[in-house]
Amino acid sequence: MISTDLAILLPEIFLSLFAMVALIAAVYTEKDGMAGTLTWAASAVMIAVAVWVLMSGGNDRTAFGGLFIDDGFARYAKVVILISAACVLMMSQEFMARRGLLKFEYPVLVVLAVVGMMLMVSAGDLMALYMGLELQSLALYVVAAIRRDGVKSTEAGLKYFVLGALSSGLLLYGASLTYGYAGTTQFAGIIGAAGEGEMPLGLLIGLVFIISGLAFKISAVPFHMWTPDVYEGAPTPITAFFATAPKIAAMGLFARVLHDAFGNATGDWGQILALLAVLSMFLGGIAAIGQRDIKRLMAYSSIAHMGYALVGLASGTEQGVTAMLIYMAIYVTMNIGTFAFILSMERDGRHITTIDSMRQLGSREPVKALALLVLMFSLAGVPPLLGFFGKFAVLMAAVDAGMTWLAVLGAIASVIGAFYYLRIVYYMYFGDESLEPVEGHMSPLTFGFLVASAAIMILGIVNLFGVDGYAAAAAATLVN
Amino acid sequence: MDALLREYLPIVIFLAVAIGLGLVLILAAAVLAVRNPDAEKVSAYECGFNAFDDARMKFDVRFYLVSILFIIFDLEIAFLFPWAVAFQDISMLGFWSMMVFLAVLTVGFAYEWKKGALEWE
Repeated sequence: MISTDLAILLPEIFLSLFAMVALIAAVYTEKDGMAGTLTWAASAVMIAVAVWVLMSGGNDRTAFGGLFIDDGFARYAKVVILISAACVLMMSQEFMARRGLLKFEYPVLVVLAVVGMMLMVSAGDLMALYMGLELQSLALYVVAAIRRDGVKSTEAGLKYFVLGALSSGLLLYGASLTYGYAGTTQFAGIIGAAGEGEMPLGLLIGLVFIISGLAFKISAVPFHMWTPDVYEGAPTPITAFFATAPKIAAMGLFARVLHDAFGNATGDWGQILALLAVLSMFLGGIAAIGQRDIKRLMAYSSIAHMGYALVGLASGTEQGVTAMLIYMAIYVTMNIGTFAFILSMERDGRHITTIDSMRQLGSREPVKALALLVLMFSLAGVPPLLGFFGKFAVLMAAVDAGMTWLAVLGAIASVIGAFYYLRIVYYMYFGDESLEPVEGHMSPLTFGFLVASAAIMILGIVNLFGVDGYAAAAAATLVN
Repeated sequence: MDALLREYLPIVIFLAVAIGLGLVLILAAAVLAVRNPDAEKVSAYECGFNAFDDARMKFDVRFYLVSILFIIFDLEIAFLFPWAVAFQDISMLGFWSMMVFLAVLTVGFAYEWKKGALEWE
């Protein structure tokens, strides 16, 4: 029945209605004057929907004849997406307002992107997958270019759009091949057509194209070239958004397609993902060393982190998916904290993003520097911080799946990657005093995010707040 | 031996796509373009005349806006046609689905109207 189908989609419908009502309400009243209010309202609504999704647990349900799947895995991903998007929106409000970038379309577009992400992780069909992906991507292209009179921002938007369109093309080509050889677009049907033994060649090529298209979205090497430019060009709050929620959604979609549609062929896609993971981990670690701009550095950092998350996925086991989900939650928390700091970097009222400007932060702003120290150590994966346990979980999953070589390479890459995180720490505490330092302008809220995220990195060692339990339950509903 | 090699087929296809795509993007310009320049050929011209002024002129972004709007409503009609033709056979669900689609489109239309996208001056 249609009413039961709609009831399953209620959180998504509610969010889309909110976006449309907000858009119309703002354009018919004060326009950009409403932007601040709308940003807060959007954050509040997204947190409320996150709580709603979290509470609505229970059985796995499907809607619209299998197009939409509402299971533990989807709910876990949705909660992380909603909360991280709400956090970034709250952090960005002040930054955008002070630079005259706070347009009322911004929160609306973020909410629409989030609706797309929720559809992505719930997709049970290649067409639902594509619809969700495009809804997300189109909204993101626009927010990347939101500073439309800035050359870099428009360049970022255009570059993201062109390469995003290319990746969508690859994905669609793969989807059409898959449909041609499986005779259905539904994941449940594809897995039946793939069979237990060897996959038909056409299906295999389709799988490879789908993986390539999705690898663009999570910026895995060799499909990463857009990331540094887009991260650098987009306004910093937008960069913070790109580094968090869309990554979880794309990773969730990746896991969903691979396990639901190609779950019988873990060996086939495992080797591709392992290659993507190794390349991402090493390129992310090595290329970041030469970066002098913290936003570009965070772009390479996110490429490397996606590599680790892919290690978990490459193992093809339930343990691997659990590790990936925990890793993504930790990664997002670290990134929110780090970007809370990056947002506050300025000198003479101008936002600056060079790493050199962090010199001597330790002696002038001890609390912030300490919080950033914890986050940098955690991003580098230094024990005993939470980032280490995230890496440990994915590498352990690879070892248990008989991919010890992958885990060894991951460990080596993490040592290389530690260098550039630790260099930031070095600058903060031992840097040259003669250079002009960065001023920190930080609202209490942003400061709260920075400190809270650093605190989680330490407290999480004792207790993961039940996230690990949810992740395990989520992985169990996906892999069976 | 065959079975062993076949196990590595996915990675071969993947590498072929990755390398092939990269090469195509880089080499397309070098391979496809015929380069055989002479002074007359590389000079600017306009329909057989010498150029009147610089080709890099600014042109109004509103042309672009109008064409985008045209595409959106053109597509709307493209969706409405099969729906109208099959009106006899579709249920109330089909009817209301299209109404929801039109409502969402109307929200977008109201937004661009109030935003001033339709005003030329």
